[in-house]
Amino acid sequence: MIDGSGVNRREFLRVTAVTGGGFLLGTYVIERLAGVAESFAATPSAEASLGAYIRITPDGIVTIIAKNPEIGQGVKTHLPMMIAEELDVDWKNVRVEQGDLDTVRFSGQIAGNSAATPFSGQIAGNSAATWGNWTPMRHAGAAARAMLVMAAAQTWSVAESECETSSGVVTHKLTGRRLSYGQLVDKAATLAPPALESVKLKDPKNFRIIGQRIPGVDNHAIVTGKPLYGIDVSVPGMKYAVYEKCPVFGGKVVSANLDEVKRQPGVRRAFVIEGGTDLRGLLGGVAILADTWYAASAARKKLRVTWNEGRTAKQSSVAFAEMSEQLSRDKPQRSLRSDGDVEASLKRAAKTVDASYFYPFVAHATLEPQNCTARYENGKIEVWAPTQSPANGRGMISRTLGVPENDITVHLTRAGGGFGRRLNTDFMVEAAAIAKEIGGAVKLLWSREDDIRHDFYRPAGYHYFTGGVDGAGRLVAWKDHFISFGEGDAFVQGGEISGSEFPARFVPNCSVDSSVMPLGVPTGRLRAPGSNGIAFAVESFLDEMAHAALKDPLQFRLDLLSNTPAGTGADPARIRGVLELVAEKSGWGKKRQRRGTGMGLAFYFSHRGY
Amino acid sequence: MPLLWVLRDMLDLKGAKFGCGLGQCGACTVHVNGTAIRSCIWPISAAAGLEVLTIEGLSATGTHPLQRAWEELDVPQCGYCQAGQIMSAAALLARTPKPTDEQIDTAMNGNICRCATYLRIRQAIKRASAT
Repeated sequence: MIDGSGVNRREFLRVTAVTGGGFLLGTYVIERLAGVAESFAATPSAEASLGAYIRITPDGIVTIIAKNPEIGQGVKTHLPMMIAEELDVDWKNVRVEQGDLDTVRFSGQIAGNSAATPFSGQIAGNSAATWGNWTPMRHAGAAARAMLVMAAAQTWSVAESECETSSGVVTHKLTGRRLSYGQLVDKAATLAPPALESVKLKDPKNFRIIGQRIPGVDNHAIVTGKPLYGIDVSVPGMKYAVYEKCPVFGGKVVSANLDEVKRQPGVRRAFVIEGGTDLRGLLGGVAILADTWYAASAARKKLRVTWNEGRTAKQSSVAFAEMSEQLSRDKPQRSLRSDGDVEASLKRAAKTVDASYFYPFVAHATLEPQNCTARYENGKIEVWAPTQSPANGRGMISRTLGVPENDITVHLTRAGGGFGRRLNTDFMVEAAAIAKEIGGAVKLLWSREDDIRHDFYRPAGYHYFTGGVDGAGRLVAWKDHFISFGEGDAFVQGGEISGSEFPARFVPNCSVDSSVMPLGVPTGRLRAPGSNGIAFAVESFLDEMAHAALKDPLQFRLDLLSNTPAGTGADPARIRGVLELVAEKSGWGKKRQRRGTGMGLAFYFSHRGY
Repeated sequence: MPLLWVLRDMLDLKGAKFGCGLGQCGACTVHVNGTAIRSCIWPISAAAGLEVLTIEGLSATGTHPLQRAWEELDVPQCGYCQAGQIMSAAALLARTPKPTDEQIDTAMNGNICRCATYLRIRQAIKRASAT
């Protein structure tokens, strides 16, 4: 069937009997996505599918597989909550297990969901796990519940409509007969599963789990120091590795004193990895393997490498700042928005303000440094990775090392922070390359210094603003020339800006322009990508405009929001609501400040959040 | 070799975490003779004859008042720093059973939480100190 979005779907539910009793429910939706092009899609164009496993054993214990990478956002708890809600079981009887990477079972989106995006796959990105999985997870739970009801109805020879569920028990309303899910699982496992569209979802007013504060499922393991994270993985016979890369991104090893390094205590191997030219992939360097990580680290202090640093060795933050200053005086390379007549309105304005705002490159600095454990055996690779993007990691390993994806297993571990850093999978391909070279198991662990030096940085940004207010103190003109990095029309990752950045839509004369500089530094997404820098610049300048207008910064924003917005985007009523609530709760304009302190106000709409 | 690596890679006690290797982040905090120390820069030779306590040994059943408070208040986000936080807090409570906010902030100052769970950490210490 071809639906309106051009997606050809076939879908089915599959039930498998579990050895020793119980059943395993997988919901599968196999889609052939016609051309989903999202730069960090889990499975951009191939067969994507969705699934969620539920395992119920005769003792009534329900095991729910959490499919997504847990980086501290709570997804390992809240995706299973959605399933448990619709399954209609008590949370105390739910056990949660982390799923491995499985792009057949765990990716894609359910039919009929307009929010069909690759983000419902096994990825921690774009703040999408909750809304992207909302319907699919609920469907999975509801489908399992429907099968248990079917099993009970058949057992009693009654209509399914006469049955209801609660706390993991099916009750026949007329006679009061009851069967627990545990008693029903063997029969349920023999039934044909219902079509996903036909399963009925709960009315949200009957939710008993969703909306409650449910503590993180790993909390006890965390507070008792149990192994959970990538860095805690232990594989029999594994060696510990460090990997030295060129201080200039993409530089290559010319020579290294490997013989001296190999003589250091505990060192087993030391070798050069040639690496490629893709700054996101496997870069050249020297691997040192030892019996302990500390021995490998200590040996590294003796390592001397001669590098071919390459063409970007002379780039610097100072030079970028100078270049951006130069570009700001030139005609912008691109226009991203042009409403009204900005130049004319600035001429007519009662007051104008020019200001420039800069923000620097920043590293993510996840508290758990990058690491990955990998094992190479009989042509197959198994990795344990604290990654936000396991499918991309597998793809990169496959392409780089020439191992088919089917021969690569990826286990997801809890990650000590992500913030977008672990959307990149350089550490995975490095560990896999080292494991392949030695034909065994290795844990690669970066030092903190490695982590800061080899990040995918939130790129620096330079905003050159001009604004104008009229005699009544209204914002009538707004101009931002944003200088970023990129090539031609393309921004580097994380260095983008959109023409709809606030206060666009609310200012009659508004332009957003951009110019880019070439960059040899790997960049990436840092939580709330774009917004984390732009919000500072835009809201600060908006404040300058409020002061120029001699208006209270809150009132200035509320006045701006009372304009009828052009086009669609953030809802001004909701923005006003947030601002008014903040003003009320903070005592804005009423609270006396201690000498030397003050209050500031800012609002930003990002990733569907107000 | 620093104590941290003996604990993690030789004794297979993974509770103390590696964050910086410089004694700057607090993720590796354990007790030596009752004092909270940074195990990533504490040479194993300096621990000879002393008592080392890690998060794994804080209580036999994971029910130390701090551990209970941490779970009740759902403190962890990514959770990576929390074992170190709890060990610093345990040393504080052993010394100062009823700490003020200021005493908590001072004692916990060297433990970084990249997710910024500081408010709940303080709340959990308060709760544990009230039991």
